[in-house]
Amino acid sequence: MITLDNVSKTYGSGPGAVQALKEIDLQVPKGTIHGVIGLSGAGKSTLIRCVNLLERPTAGRVVIDGQELTAMDAAALRQARHQCGMIFQHFNLLTNRTVYDNVALPLELMGQSRQAIRERVLPLLDMTGLADKAKQYPAQLSGGQKQRVAIARALASRPKVLLCDEATSALDPQTTASILSLLQEINQQLGLTILLITHEMEVVKTICHRVGLISDGRLVEDADVGDFFTAPATQLGREFLNDFLKLEAPQALIERLEPEAGTNTHPVVRLTFSGDSVATPLISRLAREHGIDVSILQAKVESIQGRTLGLMIAELMGSDVQTREALMTLESFDLHVEVLGHVQRTD
Amino acid sequence: MSSALIDLVWQSTLETLYMVAVAGILSALAGVPLGVLLYVTRPRQILAQPVVNTVLGVVTNVGRSVPFIILLVAIIPFTRMIVGSSIGTNAAAVPLTIAAIPFVARLVEGALNEVSPGLVEAAQSMGATPMQIILKVLLPEARGGIINGLTITIVALVSYSAMAGAVGGGGLGDLGIRYGYNRFNPTVMLITVVVLVVMVQLFQSLGDYLVRKSDHK
Repeated sequence: MITLDNVSKTYGSGPGAVQALKEIDLQVPKGTIHGVIGLSGAGKSTLIRCVNLLERPTAGRVVIDGQELTAMDAAALRQARHQCGMIFQHFNLLTNRTVYDNVALPLELMGQSRQAIRERVLPLLDMTGLADKAKQYPAQLSGGQKQRVAIARALASRPKVLLCDEATSALDPQTTASILSLLQEINQQLGLTILLITHEMEVVKTICHRVGLISDGRLVEDADVGDFFTAPATQLGREFLNDFLKLEAPQALIERLEPEAGTNTHPVVRLTFSGDSVATPLISRLAREHGIDVSILQAKVESIQGRTLGLMIAELMGSDVQTREALMTLESFDLHVEVLGHVQRTD
Repeated sequence: MSSALIDLVWQSTLETLYMVAVAGILSALAGVPLGVLLYVTRPRQILAQPVVNTVLGVVTNVGRSVPFIILLVAIIPFTRMIVGSSIGTNAAAVPLTIAAIPFVARLVEGALNEVSPGLVEAAQSMGATPMQIILKVLLPEARGGIINGLTITIVALVSYSAMAGAVGGGGLGDLGIRYGYNRFNPTVMLITVVVLVVMVQLFQSLGDYLVRKSDHK
């Protein structure tokens, strides 16, 4: 439904030029929710603005539903934008229009009759749970209600694509959850294709089917959400994941960690289980088959898009030979093993 | 206070109101579109036209920097062309209007600048034309600021109109100078000042009321 083909965006020219996007290739199939995650300044905002050409790419093609937006003149582009709703971090509602009139705006812009507008706006207000707020002004609403108005407004022109620019970043966790479930509902009921950018892994985990990771203007990962959460391909991806799972070794242990194994040390490992390995009774096997003790320092289980993800930080206590064999056993399973360092034996 | 004096004050009040009303309405009609043009032709704006913007900016600044009393005299030929005479209340309304147009334009430009760029972006994402953005987003969202600017203009016009005496325009300022100052009549001076103060208060209060009523921020 959305295709970005080799899209680049450069601001300015000459030595002071800033390359905000570098040769981005992105495909969002019809009916999917695709998230793009990245740090501030990575180019997320520019990326989503290049999709409906609020920012015109300096190179590359943007195709939505078979129409090449980058090849259109201004008038054709305005028509194409009716196919492409957008919501924003700060809602961008018109303060001097009521909720009803805000939702009516895109239809007014299309020149629809009062009657047609009414017939479209009222069901949208119902769907977004705003029927009783029709005559209120945005200043009287909470953040979550404002974003609902913005969603109703974005859907008014019956778009095929919805672009979400950090749509939940200004909301508290509970409101975020309710907005996300609304987006999911829209995706499922209307078959709407959603492209969203965010810096919150929670958003990706909750509603996205696929996720792209953007770093310094490049799309460095593009994977199914389940794959990304179980085995990110890049260091940045792993950082996002660890930060999200907040699974770090205790500070006291980190201070004792040494990068190299010594004569009298135990390895400390971070294990990421996914798929079949979740169900394997690994720890007891290590103890039984290799004769080592496993001290679990931290552990967590997450369910992401129907897939289970287990994480554990553990110290493997045994002789050098035993722990080396234990690590080899671990690596033979379907799990990611990362040796964080080594600690001196205390026994 | 003699009835002749009361008559004189009343007559002058009407002249002032007339000059302020004519100049206020005409300068709003010309100044609001000029202010919109100044804003939308800025670089990176919806109708970015750097050359047009610079030219309009310079013209506006020239208009604002000429002292009113000099403008009043300098455009006498133009005034005569418009109203057929270079003296009288109508003749005074012409330079008042000319002086107020760039004033209004800059205040409108400032009010538009207060509209969040996100709203323009949202309208663009809905496929709005530049004209639709101006009429449905920029002007309605800047309504409070524009009314506030027009109120400031009206109050400034009341004060500028005092100089209208220089071209025989009449009005309260002229009355104060001729009767109060030139003829050493403190009573007339005091009365004109009091009437002017009350007038300005009323305009300001009306303006504030309209801003409150029209703005839902």
